[in-house]
Amino acid sequence: MTRTMAPRTEDELAELVAAAQAPLRIQGLGTKMALGNPVDTTTVLSLKHFAGIAVYEPEELILEAGATTPLADIEKLLRKHGQMLAFEPPDLSSLLGSPSSGSLGGIVACGLSGPRRIRAGAARDHVLGFSAVTGSGQRIRAGARVVKNVTGYDLAKLATGSYGSLAAMTSIIVKVLPLPETEETIVLRHLDDETAVRLMADAMQSPADVSAAAHVPGEATWLRLEGIAPSVVARRDRLVKLLGRDAGILGQKDSARLWAGLRDVKPFWGLREHAVWRVSTTPTDGAKVAAAIAANLEASHFFDWAGGLLWLAVAGADDGGQSVIRSSLPTGHATLVRAPEAVRARVSAFMPQPPALAALSTRVKQSFDPRNLFNPGIMVKG
Amino acid sequence: MVAMPIPDAEVMARRGEIVTALRRILLASHVIDAAPALRAYESDGLAAYRQPPLVVALPETTEQVSQVLRYAHDNGVKVVPRGAGTSLSGGALPLADGILLGMAKFNRVLEVDFANRSAVVQPGVTNLAITKAVEHKGFYYAPDPSSQIACTIGGNVAENSGGVHCLKYGLTTNNILGLEMVLVTGEVIRLGGKHLDSEGYDLLGLMTGSEGLLGVVTEVTVRILQKPETARALLVGFASSEDGGQCVADVIAAGIIPGGMEMMDRPAIHAAEDFAHCGYPRDAEALLIIELDGPQVEVDHLMDRVKAIAEKNKAQTVKVSTSEAERLAFWAGRKSAFPAVGRISPDYICMDGTIPRKALPQVLRGMEELSRKHGLRVANVFHAGDGNLHPLILFDANTDNEFDRAEAFGADILRLCVKVGGVLTGEHGVGIEKRDLMPEMFSDADLAQQQRVKCAFDEKGLLNPGKVFPVLHRCAELGRMHVSKGNLPHPDLPRF
Repeated sequence: MTRTMAPRTEDELAELVAAAQAPLRIQGLGTKMALGNPVDTTTVLSLKHFAGIAVYEPEELILEAGATTPLADIEKLLRKHGQMLAFEPPDLSSLLGSPSSGSLGGIVACGLSGPRRIRAGAARDHVLGFSAVTGSGQRIRAGARVVKNVTGYDLAKLATGSYGSLAAMTSIIVKVLPLPETEETIVLRHLDDETAVRLMADAMQSPADVSAAAHVPGEATWLRLEGIAPSVVARRDRLVKLLGRDAGILGQKDSARLWAGLRDVKPFWGLREHAVWRVSTTPTDGAKVAAAIAANLEASHFFDWAGGLLWLAVAGADDGGQSVIRSSLPTGHATLVRAPEAVRARVSAFMPQPPALAALSTRVKQSFDPRNLFNPGIMVKG
Repeated sequence: MVAMPIPDAEVMARRGEIVTALRRILLASHVIDAAPALRAYESDGLAAYRQPPLVVALPETTEQVSQVLRYAHDNGVKVVPRGAGTSLSGGALPLADGILLGMAKFNRVLEVDFANRSAVVQPGVTNLAITKAVEHKGFYYAPDPSSQIACTIGGNVAENSGGVHCLKYGLTTNNILGLEMVLVTGEVIRLGGKHLDSEGYDLLGLMTGSEGLLGVVTEVTVRILQKPETARALLVGFASSEDGGQCVADVIAAGIIPGGMEMMDRPAIHAAEDFAHCGYPRDAEALLIIELDGPQVEVDHLMDRVKAIAEKNKAQTVKVSTSEAERLAFWAGRKSAFPAVGRISPDYICMDGTIPRKALPQVLRGMEELSRKHGLRVANVFHAGDGNLHPLILFDANTDNEFDRAEAFGADILRLCVKVGGVLTGEHGVGIEKRDLMPEMFSDADLAQQQRVKCAFDEKGLLNPGKVFPVLHRCAELGRMHVSKGNLPHPDLPRF
């Protein structure tokens, strides 16, 4: 039987954690429970009461909101003021079968970023601070509501991507940026993986300021340009000339729809029974890695981040394709995003770390959560 | 003056033995123990603080760094890492009972990879040398601290250095992809690389700005960017800081993120104009330099918008650069602000707080009051886009207690920054300079958590102790200590 506790204030949360005798599964809106390694607990610590936008100052480029504030609410408010979360947080609801894109805290805890990551940085680059309760029941705050701050350790970086294993975040401060006025996408067709990755690298090295570059085998290769209209047009024309290939152009609406789909892993939505992997590697190695995997495994794939992010969908393999995928990587990481229960039970969502790094990571975890209460095993399979 | 921990007499008595041990690891000439030579290392950019180290070690390889640290760890000897020694917060101030680990010999660019827009460099490479190594293909390394000709990338990582272009291009933390580092135990670990996202805790992000307290960086993978095709600057004079501040807010609210947006107050304008004769309006209370960079068509288009915003905000003078020479002339005054202030005052200290921009007029008024209270003049330069304020406090070190008054003035300014919702440091780091002000911004619980993170890296507290944290705690006690505001749990531990 699962028991759920949902404290209403930070003080209640702190008391509850201090008194806890058994591990806690931290939950916001519950849309990303499938990410990370399965956590073996019977007690859910719901942070649902820590919701709501506390401060939004467009001219200061900052927003602070309760960790469980729906991302959709934040994005709606930002759009109204011509701003955005520049790391383009993905909506994984269709991929994971969850009801919504979830909360700000969920996106931050899982450290998820979309196509613009290659230009604007990741979630971690936009989290300025947070409030939380640590595993020893202490209320802490890190960072501040300003965009430039080097006071003390950057604990916001640690919390981002920690899958709720360090502290129960109650509130998060993020940097927000102006929405580009317009966007266009250059479409190249009939490229094999290797050529596509090479052309994406060429485009990224040009002064065109490409804000996203993706390739779906058999479909197309896309390069996105964002900014004010005259600038987008000028950069587009020069980039097309530089690439020296026949190119189509998607206008603002089609471009936006395309990138939302790629951001949300739409090419794999239909592949319900597949194990889905997210491989982060050196961008120019992307095609080589994909080819090495394809030689030994039945898998579908596509590239984002100019080749640096390889999405894979694998059917049928007992280990979800782990052994082939992880042994094909010269650099980077292969993260298991979604898989049937049986695969998740035996395959670690994350790759093992070298011993010194693993030991250090464990000590960092203990420094926040000495009793191993929060999401035990979610990052290192127990 | 901020007090440093009392040196351990027992360690100092073992100096000869420590020097001998280091000479077994390093070339004899790379271990410096003669008093006159040690003096070259006795301070960093916070020159009022001086302390010759116990000994200087200058390793050349990661393996040597590892051996030196393992030796120090096994023998309970403190270590202070140092890059070029340009820190403005005393981050590289030596300890009388500590090894100063100079990383200057790590001075090679190891690899430039244009296709992946990255470069792999050793930590002793200067910030500007990275740009020099990649500019032939139109690339550069974006963070540009004012000391970029001298400061090293290792030091930039330790301090999370910024510069005038941070608002658009980010600080060091947003521009590095990977590190090789050595833990105090001598263990070597690698974080990140040329790939963008890494699994596990973001120790790369944690290390950046950790001020030499967590590990010693031995290799850095940086992101390089295409140089903007063109840049133009707008020089705007205002009759009040309110008008100038509103102009900055309106530019950002209009969705424009300039490459640089700098403000100076009247004393800074006058000092710069007297020094550099750059054509700054002497009647202005606030001067803005707004620089737009990018493709020509974009810069021209946005320049018209920014000009209109400036005029709407009652700008008294507006000049748009029409040539590269003119753009550089606009910057000449701002870039010479420090020497310019140095000319009108025998000494000055440069403070570094960040405030919410909307609080600027309030903070400037508060600073005027503080200036009267402490009887010292202040001039302000301001990275206005990101709210990073650099008050320059003028004093004469040869006049009775003026240094102490200048420090007290500076501390009051930083308290004011925190009071209006800002922070103690935007880019210079805490070091020793702002160490004792940390409780202004953080609760005991906040600081205890940061120190527990320190303990995860350095349980014996051997790496750069005396910096960042106002109270030294033993790790074992932090683990079980109960903290409550204003009630220090271990009065027996040294406070300094």
